[in-house]
Amino acid sequence: MKLLSFIPVLVVGVLLLYAAKDFPEWGSLDAPASKSPVSSHFIANTGVDTEVPNMVTAVLADYRGFDTMFETVVVFIAGMAVLAILKNSGRKKLVKREFEVDAEPDLIVTNTVRLLVPVIQIFAFYVLAHGHVSPGGGFQGGVLMGASFILVALSWDLETALIRFPFNWTTILGGLGVFLYAGIGLLSMFLGGEFLDYSELANIFTVSREMARYHAMLGVEIGVGLTVTAIMFSLYANLSTEGRHQRGL
Amino acid sequence: MFEDGTIINELLIERLNYLIYVVLLLIGLHAMIAKKNLIKKLIGMSIFQTAIILFYVSIGVKEGSTIPVYLPEHDLHGSHSVPSDTNETSHFEHGPFIVDSSLVRGYANPLPHVLMLTAIVVGVATLGLALALCLRIYQGYGTIEEDEVLAKIERQEMLSKPSIVVKSVDSSKTTNSKAEKPPSKPKVSSSSPSTKRPQAIPKTKAKAASTSAKAKTSRAKSVSPKAKPAASKSTTTGSKKSPAKSKTAASKPTTKAKPKPKVKSKAKPAVRTKSSSPAKKATASKPKPRTPKK
Amino acid sequence: MGLALFNTFILLLLVVAALLALRVKDLLTASVVFAVYSFLMCLLWAEMGAVDVAFTEATVGAGISTVVLIATIFNLKRKSSD
Repeated sequence: MKLLSFIPVLVVGVLLLYAAKDFPEWGSLDAPASKSPVSSHFIANTGVDTEVPNMVTAVLADYRGFDTMFETVVVFIAGMAVLAILKNSGRKKLVKREFEVDAEPDLIVTNTVRLLVPVIQIFAFYVLAHGHVSPGGGFQGGVLMGASFILVALSWDLETALIRFPFNWTTILGGLGVFLYAGIGLLSMFLGGEFLDYSELANIFTVSREMARYHAMLGVEIGVGLTVTAIMFSLYANLSTEGRHQRGL
Repeated sequence: MFEDGTIINELLIERLNYLIYVVLLLIGLHAMIAKKNLIKKLIGMSIFQTAIILFYVSIGVKEGSTIPVYLPEHDLHGSHSVPSDTNETSHFEHGPFIVDSSLVRGYANPLPHVLMLTAIVVGVATLGLALALCLRIYQGYGTIEEDEVLAKIERQEMLSKPSIVVKSVDSSKTTNSKAEKPPSKPKVSSSSPSTKRPQAIPKTKAKAASTSAKAKTSRAKSVSPKAKPAASKSTTTGSKKSPAKSKTAASKPTTKAKPKPKVKSKAKPAVRTKSSSPAKKATASKPKPRTPKK
Repeated sequence: MGLALFNTFILLLLVVAALLALRVKDLLTASVVFAVYSFLMCLLWAEMGAVDVAFTEATVGAGISTVVLIATIFNLKRKSSD
């Protein structure tokens, strides 16, 4: 079996290496991916169309907004699936896990985390809101926000984190994020444009059509951030306790 | 050895990224195939995934380009005057403008970055899903080693076999004569339906139910000529006729047998007879695939 | 040339980290080495100009997925057979 498994690996490897010599040279300006009109259009027109300096955010939330919406839905569904798989599944009585130790939350750790968590959360908001002009956006900000709650759960225990972020909220916030994203898309549809065509929102925001796209992108990113925050924390809470939500890692 | 044009030069110097991407992809692939531990398989899957992301990011690189965020001279907020010219010096007076094609090459390609950014986040969500499945496997079997899980499934099949074989000898005989689908060990396949796939088993299952119900009423009759029309009927005409005899299995699926496809409509009586017929016979059968004593 | 050297160095370290993550028998060690792998990947992408991808990989790959892996291994057996 061990040797047999090398056969497909070698076949795939030979094929890929055979193809690799036809790849464009590394960093070549004439590579097909770099010469494609799509990416050239994105680089050239993002500033005019949306006034967003970070092209990645603009392409993510505006040009390819439909894609990102369903990526968010996938994240949400994965979180719900983990909840469904692990809910009421585990041993009801608590058994001692293999490398579990009974210890009080450490004084140094908890006090450091107490100082650190607000900073992390402010940084998460910054990353989310500042994603238009610097690297960042809804996914990164949401993950950072979820990580701050995970940090609380790691340094105290899961119950302490669940006081701050009750578990029911994860479902609600996750759904709310997707709803916010789709709602902005639907709103622009009702205002006469196409689905996720944010420039139609200019009447609501009372700004130019470009700035309407800018602001709507922020709303979309907030939706993504809500979903990712909720699902990341939900993943940790479910996996660390086998769905029991008590006495976690 | 390192002159221009040789394959070593091409792969090692100019295309090292692509070479490493292939190597990482193969490492991940091999781990997914050969490792027995499920967590190791998942780590291999993640390595596979990052290798593909490395490939995508590598093809978006341009020599001497900057990150895909506009430089200040290409993006000024506020003013919206139409640019009169694309002269480098006059950019500061104008607002955002269509970046010149010569300047487009100065920015890295943003499209692969966008595609991969979402792929990473979705990747961790699916990793969490896979880990949840690992937890369930561990709860059910007490191990996450693939071969041990398979051995436990095998042992459960062996344990659940004798109780149902005792149940009716003739049903196992008919399956022996009739079911050529699993030729290797037909007894196990007829007696332990829970681990088999539904589309392979329903034929023998519905037939076994009908013949066993029939054989209960008329035990003295010879089995093999009787079983042949019954089996052919249950396979071809579906669950119209034979379920009328085996009463518990019948009543529900008859209504939905016609519009549904064949596999679906027969999978339902298969499950039903499995749970009902051992109870009817009152033999001590305990087909419990899940929750073994640990 | 300096950047190319950095690139090559990271790429070789990546292979080492990937092999090591799959080689060690302790799953906890494996997940920590996998975090190292993710962070090396993040450095590589930041060097290639994909800052958003690097940021995501630093938060998700080196952060959340390691935590999730460790949280799962906490409920499983720590030793692996291979």
